[in-house]
Amino acid sequence: MATNASAGHFLGIDGMARADLEEILELTTTFAEIGRRPIPKVPALRGRTVATVFFENSTRTRMSFETAARRLSADTIALSAGGSSLSKGESLRDTIEVVTSYGADALVVRHPMAGTAHRVAAWTDAAVINAGDGCHEHPTQALLDCYTLRERRGALDGMRIAIVGDIRHSRVARSDVLAFTALGAEVVLVAPATLLPPAVVGWPVTVAHELDLVLSDLDAVYLLRIQHERITEGLIPSIREYANDFSLTPERANRLPTDALILHPGPTNLGVEISAAAAADSRSVILDQVVNGVSVRMAILFLLLGSNRNLTGGAVEGDR
Amino acid sequence: MAERERRQTPPFGGIFVPHARIMTADDMGRAIRRMAHEVIERNYGLEEIVVVGLQTGGVPVAERLAQSLEDIEGIRPPVGTLDVALHRDDIGIRPVVPEAVTDLPTDLDGRIVVLVDDVLFTGRTIRAALDAVCDFGRPRSVQLAVMVDRGHRELPIRPDYVGKNLPTRRDEVVDVHEVGVDLGVMQK
Repeated sequence: MATNASAGHFLGIDGMARADLEEILELTTTFAEIGRRPIPKVPALRGRTVATVFFENSTRTRMSFETAARRLSADTIALSAGGSSLSKGESLRDTIEVVTSYGADALVVRHPMAGTAHRVAAWTDAAVINAGDGCHEHPTQALLDCYTLRERRGALDGMRIAIVGDIRHSRVARSDVLAFTALGAEVVLVAPATLLPPAVVGWPVTVAHELDLVLSDLDAVYLLRIQHERITEGLIPSIREYANDFSLTPERANRLPTDALILHPGPTNLGVEISAAAAADSRSVILDQVVNGVSVRMAILFLLLGSNRNLTGGAVEGDR
Repeated sequence: MAERERRQTPPFGGIFVPHARIMTADDMGRAIRRMAHEVIERNYGLEEIVVVGLQTGGVPVAERLAQSLEDIEGIRPPVGTLDVALHRDDIGIRPVVPEAVTDLPTDLDGRIVVLVDDVLFTGRTIRAALDAVCDFGRPRSVQLAVMVDRGHRELPIRPDYVGKNLPTRRDEVVDVHEVGVDLGVMQK
């Protein structure tokens, strides 16, 4: 099978229609089933190569992309910024060209600068998947969050979901707001004013500054990590003061409705945005999110590499 | 192949135009009952049988075969479904549809697996199905039952139980549905 000459990309939730999101989420069920087989592997992407090109640290995203690729029988190659020639001064573009020269059919790109994945997509024939670009988007995280919520609730329509914490620096929050609202949920952002993005005015959300006031009326609460590495100025007085007002403590968890779900994209800073007890609460679906991450990424890899589909448009001519 | 799949599939897309009714509903019922008797005769009962319908066209046929086996022997064999889309060698040409679930009710180790499909054509679906089945265990044997064998094999595969042998042209299409079997062509 020939490599796609003009592969589709998966760069962000922005611009995706509800039907596109639903199609991916429905297909994810098929791949979730493969994960439960005695041999969780199908030959769908045999002979294809998926490169993970990460210029930032990652546990879940990288491992789940690699697991997803291997479950589809694709080969994986990995580049980490720290151990690469980037530290010798090689440019991003040259690095991408080298990775593509090794035969990568898909590039899974994470970079601290917003827009990097879009940039890379313009340089290469390989399919580019955005695995997080700065404070911009993290679209596969949003898909796995939606899948996790749908798995428990059937649909997001009418759900009231609070996203709590460092929204300003969170690409997860941006992608989640777009995906949750596209699927019919109502989103409340809960954060101190300094941790909200300046442009929140145009977002299809409501804003609250006190977690305690919204707790009792939620279907799901999504906690975000305080991103110390991106906070360069004094946006919060101290971690302790932040935790006092915004941490999901066992007491606050008790005030959630009995069927509310607790989500977190990981990694968790236990005791800061969520307590160990709340993370282990029976309503917590944090580990489901990790498991579903593999299934969602299998669906994305398959749609881009195995089905000659472009995720932002119709069918691409089959290579016969 | 199921009509729904074919419709979505380049380069076959189009409308199915039947030109002959090959089997009526009664004919199908009789063929399925005969195949059920053959399955029982060949395997000395239903003890280790698992009936597996291939998504999507084989699933209703498998259901009817299992019902027939139950009517004759008084016990119902386990029935499962298998989607081989991700094991195919022409992946990307045919769509993967979320409705086509794989659901095997039991461990396949040591069992006799009867794969059921509506139409046997090139044999490539069955090749993919054999690969898929082996990922679920080590059956004692795998047998193949099809409603229609239309010839044109591209792989060394043969059915064990056949509803009807039907000589066809390569460009014709066989449609197995609830009330019969039609032979026709796809038109744009």
